[in-house]
Amino acid sequence: MVEYEAVIGLEVHAELKTKSKIFCSCSTEFGADPNTQVCPVCLGLPGTLPVLNKRVVEFAIKAALALNCKIAEYSKFDRKNYFYPDLPKNYQISQYDLPIAANGYLTINIDGKEKRIGITRLHMEEDAGKLIHSNDDISRADYSLVDFNRTGVPLIEIVSEPDIRTPEEARVYLEQLKAILQYTEVSDCKMQEGSLRCDANVSVRPKGSSKFGTKTELKNMNSFKALQKALEYEINRQIELLEKGIPVVQETRTWNEQKGITETLRSKEEAHDYRYFPEPDLVPLVIDREWVEEIRKSLPELPSERKNRLIRDYGLPEYDAEVITSSKALADFYDECVDIYDNPKEISNWVMGELLRLLNANNMEVEDSPIKPKDLVGLLELQKKGVISGKIAKQVFDEMFETGKDAETIVKEKDLVQISDVGELEEIVDRVMEANPKSVEDYRNGKERALKFLVGQIMKETKGKANPQLVNEILKKKL
Amino acid sequence: MEVTKLKAHEIHEMLKKGEISVRELTEAFLDRIDRIDDRIHAYITVTREKALEQADRVDAGIRSEGNTEVLAGIPMALKDNLCTKDIKTTCSSKILYNYKPPYSATVVEKLEEKGAVMLGKLNMDEFAMGSSTENSGFFTTRNPWDLERVPGGSSGGSAAAVAAGEAVYSLGSDTGGSIRQPAAFCGVVGLKPTYGRVSRYGLVAFASSLDQIGPITKDVRDCALVLKAIAGYDPMDSTSVNAPVPDYEKILDDNIKGLRVGIPKEYFGSGISSEVKDRVREAIDVLEGLGAICEETSLPHTEYALPVYYIIAPAEASSNLARYDGVQYGYRNMEVEDLISMYKTTRSEGFGPEVKRRIMLGTYALSSGYYDAYYLKALKVRTLIKQDFDRAFEKFDVLVTPTTPTTAFKIGERTKDLISMYMSDLLTVPANMAGIPAISVPCGLSNGLPVGMQIMAKPFAEDVLLKTAYAYECHRGFEITAPELEVF
Repeated sequence: MVEYEAVIGLEVHAELKTKSKIFCSCSTEFGADPNTQVCPVCLGLPGTLPVLNKRVVEFAIKAALALNCKIAEYSKFDRKNYFYPDLPKNYQISQYDLPIAANGYLTINIDGKEKRIGITRLHMEEDAGKLIHSNDDISRADYSLVDFNRTGVPLIEIVSEPDIRTPEEARVYLEQLKAILQYTEVSDCKMQEGSLRCDANVSVRPKGSSKFGTKTELKNMNSFKALQKALEYEINRQIELLEKGIPVVQETRTWNEQKGITETLRSKEEAHDYRYFPEPDLVPLVIDREWVEEIRKSLPELPSERKNRLIRDYGLPEYDAEVITSSKALADFYDECVDIYDNPKEISNWVMGELLRLLNANNMEVEDSPIKPKDLVGLLELQKKGVISGKIAKQVFDEMFETGKDAETIVKEKDLVQISDVGELEEIVDRVMEANPKSVEDYRNGKERALKFLVGQIMKETKGKANPQLVNEILKKKL
Repeated sequence: MEVTKLKAHEIHEMLKKGEISVRELTEAFLDRIDRIDDRIHAYITVTREKALEQADRVDAGIRSEGNTEVLAGIPMALKDNLCTKDIKTTCSSKILYNYKPPYSATVVEKLEEKGAVMLGKLNMDEFAMGSSTENSGFFTTRNPWDLERVPGGSSGGSAAAVAAGEAVYSLGSDTGGSIRQPAAFCGVVGLKPTYGRVSRYGLVAFASSLDQIGPITKDVRDCALVLKAIAGYDPMDSTSVNAPVPDYEKILDDNIKGLRVGIPKEYFGSGISSEVKDRVREAIDVLEGLGAICEETSLPHTEYALPVYYIIAPAEASSNLARYDGVQYGYRNMEVEDLISMYKTTRSEGFGPEVKRRIMLGTYALSSGYYDAYYLKALKVRTLIKQDFDRAFEKFDVLVTPTTPTTAFKIGERTKDLISMYMSDLLTVPANMAGIPAISVPCGLSNGLPVGMQIMAKPFAEDVLLKTAYAYECHRGFEITAPELEVF
């Protein structure tokens, strides 16, 4: 039986978070009312001309340098011609044969092994608008409306070499790319808002072969999970075809999330002829080397460097460091905590455990967390001082997340202060032992479990506030 | 003397002396449009109320602040591909029959700031594609010298309006000769500035790498005045050049002693009418008489200019005109059920035959598999044409040629024979290819019809161009004015 391997290349679009659009001064803010962030230029009205936003070039160079690309000395824009109602000029200003950057790479970590994925090119272009279909579905729509707010929002497209071999590698590559774009602060990379989008080219071939198989292009994968699942499905589909002796058809396919399958979108024959030609309304770009070096110097610490720093300086396990540095916002959160509370491992436990659990459950980003670093540290300090127990701390954390109040307020309001008064605790212990003579006897007869039950009863009596260490001591003494 | 016959600098003197008010002046022009435009058909839209409002504003300005801008209060009109805020801008196309831009072109704003009074918008070939205004989606403009003849194009309305005294001056646009050719046909002065001299922001694009806005005027002095007003860098147009704008009017004098004039022989070939050649040679004699040194020269790639133009211009146009799809503005076929049918019917019904022809030509030239053979090759030849001029301007200050191969032709004469129509741009296209400035100045009559002399100079040498044209105009020894139309 032939063993197959997949060959995968990714095309990633990231919206740059410049304040204004790529060719006009309209705001790029997400979520405004439809068609409130538009002007004659981004609406493509007759007679208007694009003027390049220099910040876009700066951001693109920054991203390209972080991806180890070579920055072109001479670059230009081209028109990509196709008709679609979300594209007001019916051409997109993009870059064709002279992109701003090329020949880079990105290193991913798979099962503890490093692998380098080549980056073919990185180029700048304008985003299109958004169609809103009546009845929420183009196939059932009576009419469609266009929102041009997104039209002209700057994008970079990053094309990888076909160096990716598994769906997992593809997901990790995308996660790593996202982290780099966030670290360099050029993009928010929010997949659910569409500021990070990914298409994949995939083919399969017998393992060991150096020839490429026929590829398909996959679109519409709106999450990391979707990317991995779509690739898994598509690779299996192609292998099954080949095993039946049916050739793979070169085409564009779309991922159907509900059905969990890829479906034909358009065949090779239906593919557009984009009729690229140099954009005559813009002058070619000559990139000043000094400017590139200035941008290089301004590059922040990148994910892999930061990971190594956390391991080196704080003694974190590699796994912890990897999780924490996967997102810049999370790593910033962590660093801010460590700055004011000197117990790196305890913080990493809380951040990776409680914080991520609640964020994921609520589908929230770290930036939106109602608990800020100083809030978490406030809680940890209460615990350290013995004001509250560890168990209560978790309860308080949930409460903080829900209400946005700080730990001290919640502890006061809910009267959660730990009972550490020996006299008071002795009284309670006596009461519980009196009420549970059987358990007392069981323990004395050597049943260790009975002790746990009694502690539990005491905790119940005190609503968890009893200092567990003291309770244990008192109980053992009395027994 | 009727004010509608006067030049801007003459009217300015009258306004300064208080001999006439801007309102009276504006009314005189609106009157004239009322009386004769049903025979000339230069105007698509007459903005009577706005013109009178602006006239009153300028009158008040003259009274209170002594506004001394030369163009203040001067009635003018614009080719209908220059965007005017809240005023219809149709490009003489059905697809934009109702389109009112929400903004004004940079040149329009500049003229408005100077107190110009806009009378209205002028007819043209649809989207500036044509040489006679016969491709207008609405009607054909008549040549004031002979109503059976075309005024030239595409800025035919702009040239006819000035020649017929329906505006003191006008603005046109020139992609392959669209200012100079109609100026020659109508016996007025027309200037295509250096590419990048005047902002294109608000000029509805035909071929972006060739389009330039320029003045059409009754004489060279007015031409200098208007160019000065509209030229200069515009942050809204990345292709506009940040070079100082000289005071073109101040530098005008008739001393061209020692001026080196090249006469490219390719522009006097077999396709050019002998009468036209004679008039231009007589004009060259005038220049020589003024001390210019005239010498024959060669621009060897001239014959390729027209074919290259018909690749590059349609290629850019096919992309520029893609936006007219019925989605946002302009004409839309409302009967159809789906998107593709909406595109197809809207564009089939909205565009005229010449526009469709060029969209198809351009689409073809850019198609994968043909790009290298057509578009890329054309770009290379364009470079050769440019180099011809670079070499010529090492030796000469200006080049002098006829503007057009013939005088104005009859309406309908060339509509069936496209090549003969395209040939009327033969001598004007090279300047667009090279991005250099070129002016057409009337240099006599042939069978009662005006002949134009074209003068070309190197990039940003509009001053040299205007000086040469001015010296000629001062010493040619005759005035050229269209015959007065009989008023019924």
